[in-house]
Amino acid sequence: MTSATQPTIDTVGNASITPDTEQPWSELGLKADEYERIREILGRRPTIAELAMYSVMWSEHCSYKSSKVHLAQFSENTTDEMNEKLLVGIGENAGVVDIGDGWAVTFKVESHNHPSYVEPYQGAATGVGGIVRDIMSMGARPIAVMDSLRFGAPDHPDTHRVLPGIVAGVGGYANCLGLPNIGGEVIFDPCYQGNPLVNALSVGKMRIEDIHLAKASGVGNKVILFGAKTGGDGIGGVSVLASETFDADGPAKRPAVQVGDPFAEKVLIECCLDLYAAHVVDGIQDLGGAGLSCATSELASNGDGGMRVWLDRVPLRDATLRVEEILMSESQERMMAVVEPGKLEEFMAITKRWDVEATVVGEVTEGKNLEVFWGDEQIIDVPPRSVAHDGPVYHRPMQRPAYLDALQGNVSDHLARPTGGAGLRAALLALMASPNLCDKTFITDQYDRYVMGNTAMAMPDDSGVVRVDEETGRGVAISTDCNSRYAKLDPFAGAQLALAEAYRNVATAGAAPLAVSDCLNFGSPEDPAVMWQFAEAVRGLSQGCRTLGIPVTGGNVSLYNQTADVAIHPTPLVAVLGVMDDVARRTPSGWSDPGQAVYLLGTTADEFGGSAWTQVAHDHLGGMPPTVDLDVERRLGEILVNASRQGLVAAAHDLSDGGLAVALAEASLRNGVGARIWLDQVCARDGVDAFTLLFSESAGRAIVAVPRSEQVRFADLCVSGGFPHSEIGVVEDGAGVLEVQGQFVLPLAELRTAHASTLPAIFAAG
Amino acid sequence: MKIGVVTFPGSLDDHDAHRAVRVAGGDPVSLWHGDDSLREVDAVVLPGGFSYGDYLRAGAIARFAPVMTTLIPAARGGLPVLGICNGFQILCESHLLPGAMIQNDHRTFICRDQRLRVENATTAWTSDFTQGDEITIVLKNQDGQYVADTRTLDEIEGEGRVAFRYLIDGPDTSDSVRYDRFAGRNPNGSYRDIAGVTNERGNVVGLMPHPEHAIEKGYGPSLDGLKFFTSVLKSVVSS
Repeated sequence: MTSATQPTIDTVGNASITPDTEQPWSELGLKADEYERIREILGRRPTIAELAMYSVMWSEHCSYKSSKVHLAQFSENTTDEMNEKLLVGIGENAGVVDIGDGWAVTFKVESHNHPSYVEPYQGAATGVGGIVRDIMSMGARPIAVMDSLRFGAPDHPDTHRVLPGIVAGVGGYANCLGLPNIGGEVIFDPCYQGNPLVNALSVGKMRIEDIHLAKASGVGNKVILFGAKTGGDGIGGVSVLASETFDADGPAKRPAVQVGDPFAEKVLIECCLDLYAAHVVDGIQDLGGAGLSCATSELASNGDGGMRVWLDRVPLRDATLRVEEILMSESQERMMAVVEPGKLEEFMAITKRWDVEATVVGEVTEGKNLEVFWGDEQIIDVPPRSVAHDGPVYHRPMQRPAYLDALQGNVSDHLARPTGGAGLRAALLALMASPNLCDKTFITDQYDRYVMGNTAMAMPDDSGVVRVDEETGRGVAISTDCNSRYAKLDPFAGAQLALAEAYRNVATAGAAPLAVSDCLNFGSPEDPAVMWQFAEAVRGLSQGCRTLGIPVTGGNVSLYNQTADVAIHPTPLVAVLGVMDDVARRTPSGWSDPGQAVYLLGTTADEFGGSAWTQVAHDHLGGMPPTVDLDVERRLGEILVNASRQGLVAAAHDLSDGGLAVALAEASLRNGVGARIWLDQVCARDGVDAFTLLFSESAGRAIVAVPRSEQVRFADLCVSGGFPHSEIGVVEDGAGVLEVQGQFVLPLAELRTAHASTLPAIFAAG
Repeated sequence: MKIGVVTFPGSLDDHDAHRAVRVAGGDPVSLWHGDDSLREVDAVVLPGGFSYGDYLRAGAIARFAPVMTTLIPAARGGLPVLGICNGFQILCESHLLPGAMIQNDHRTFICRDQRLRVENATTAWTSDFTQGDEITIVLKNQDGQYVADTRTLDEIEGEGRVAFRYLIDGPDTSDSVRYDRFAGRNPNGSYRDIAGVTNERGNVVGLMPHPEHAIEKGYGPSLDGLKFFTSVLKSVVSS
């Protein structure tokens, strides 16, 4: 119980009799018509607490007001067949899919971009904490995390401020939480200089019958706030209110970035799982963005009655917090549960065992409204749906960017290409040493990838693979991908290429792709060109998912990633989750057994628009991205998954940035076992030269290593699938080289040095 | 054979220690930090993690947990106890083992497959090894730098109480194709490359790396960790 006192309370009654009181709606980010609509809904002016609640829940971040009209395409493109795999779809805290044997898996990727720029460590840490709570609130045990990070130029001074903090924050939180970090990306591009991206993914597991939902039902059921106390951290827009009300020496501007306590969250996870196991939770919601405003209004909106909450019962870290600050606080590590009165005692006993503070702050009522009181005084009386779900919807103007014709017309054909073995060799070394393709071990070794003992594969393999069922080995593979250079050239194709790459990465591991989550990072929706990019990307992704037959289960939209007029490249990050019967049989990305045959699957065309080679060799971005054919991707995926199931492949690696050359180098370096490669047959078949075959980024391709004994069966599998395949080499140990016959011989030690020296040279000293 | 695994709030590898005991053929028993009963177990594992958040100093608070009031005298009386990572830190804080753990000298968390040499194969937890064995298990920690004063170091070296030492890969002899940030040095600055130590009697062993993450094919760098647990099962039988 708090001893907080409030200076003056703006009650519902007061609001009714003082209709003309000036209110700071504009400072809170509301538009004039939005404020008018609130007055219409309530039939009076809102109280200051109501105004705060609406302002934050109707923000872009919470209401998706600019993106909603486009996001509808995800549902429209989900066929009945795709729906069958979905146990919980878009709209809940995270989507849930059926992976067989009674197991359900929930996963989601979410952005924490702006906070991570302001305060890199805490921004990234609480980004991980937030997505993990989303997974927990579905009734699941979180089993892994991944992080996709994008930074400005590696040699820019601010990158040296942002990167170490973000990496330490991701690691510091998840390591202490005991969740393995199994993959992700680290990308550098000047377009992210003032707007780094931190996209965090978490995945959780549960039995299908244990799925929980965020709803407050059952009149008389208790509403319990549990976990950390509420403090003044994470109060953004509401600080405006505080400054309006207090004098200059009052507790005005509070930190807008939340502070994380991973130990508190670890205890909260175990506590929640005990609560679920005891069947004492009727509905549950995590407290993330918009804090109590969001949790109470969403629980009430999803339920069948009203809700009454006594805000003065909320345990506080800071007794000077005002009601609107308590409502908006984004203090971390808090959850809200709806519990039947008869189960209250057991609920409290479990939270006590974990030393987790739990307080009954409200109850489900017969009415329809969300009513919030401070003592006896009512400060909120609103229809919860109007806050949580019926926010404003914008049809923002869209316009194809004026620069796009020139950009797409600036094709890469005129760029000088290396010729001869020495030139190709140098090009490969340059690519392998480039910041985007170099060894990321310096970063990923700061993450615990082993905790829980279920990690079958982690970075730098194509996807992260974890066991779900310890008895059978059933588990999941996840990959996150996006090449924003492609998306800049063509957002529709770029989104589909991101989907294709993530799909391929899951398939090369041997897992059957099952579902998608996305994190759509774009610039300002108020710029018609950005809005056009967003619409194109959503159209591409939703149609692509339909073609591949895998549903989008949920995700996140992050807009306003721009500084002044300069927006980031459109970055529609796609996470694909696949399932396999026994993850111990996953296919690694590197080969290890000399004598095995190396095959190239798919065909190669001269496609260099947006490629890594044009960036590294010429700092060029122009033309069109590679052609994407999702039917080809689906057929390639089938071959990779079937080959894995039948034990026909010992290694498989997808071809993406840097093309065949980089894939061969990575597959050789993974275990320090080289290969001898010949190109002539494929060059002749596809009508391309050695440079193009080695460095073009045509989609729908992979390399595999096949044991001699399985070559006939593997070739038969490709033939029956009608898929182009060619034996292009052999795994060779001993010499310790990657040899491309007739072109170059590259010692692995030299390759390794080039590959591994880049990040330590830039970041280790600092 | 009952092997207890203590769960503190913030323990992370307790489930993994259970699994390792089970795979080795023992019966894992859950022990709770707030309960001073050892439930008649034959040996105890203090698992890895960040007990109570470790915001003060790793293991400093766990050392005062109710379960430790029973465990510390039992360990002094000969009960086999293995401290892994945070468990090692707790054993040092409890003065069951000499020395202390401080932050890695490079100040970052490090997770990697680590080669070790078994220096003492006579303890309750290492008897299935042969002295000089080179093993690879997982290292993952933030506060893994083993420190002690020179006299203590000389003493434990002289008494053969260094149980494990980090094997140092030189930049030229490395056969790893992965970038080795720690070529030519140990991965956390530990004095005399010490990765683990034992008490005089050999029943209490602590080490920073994680044997419980090297017990199953496909889920770790090797199966080298299994011998820790088979060792104790045999030593319990023979006593």
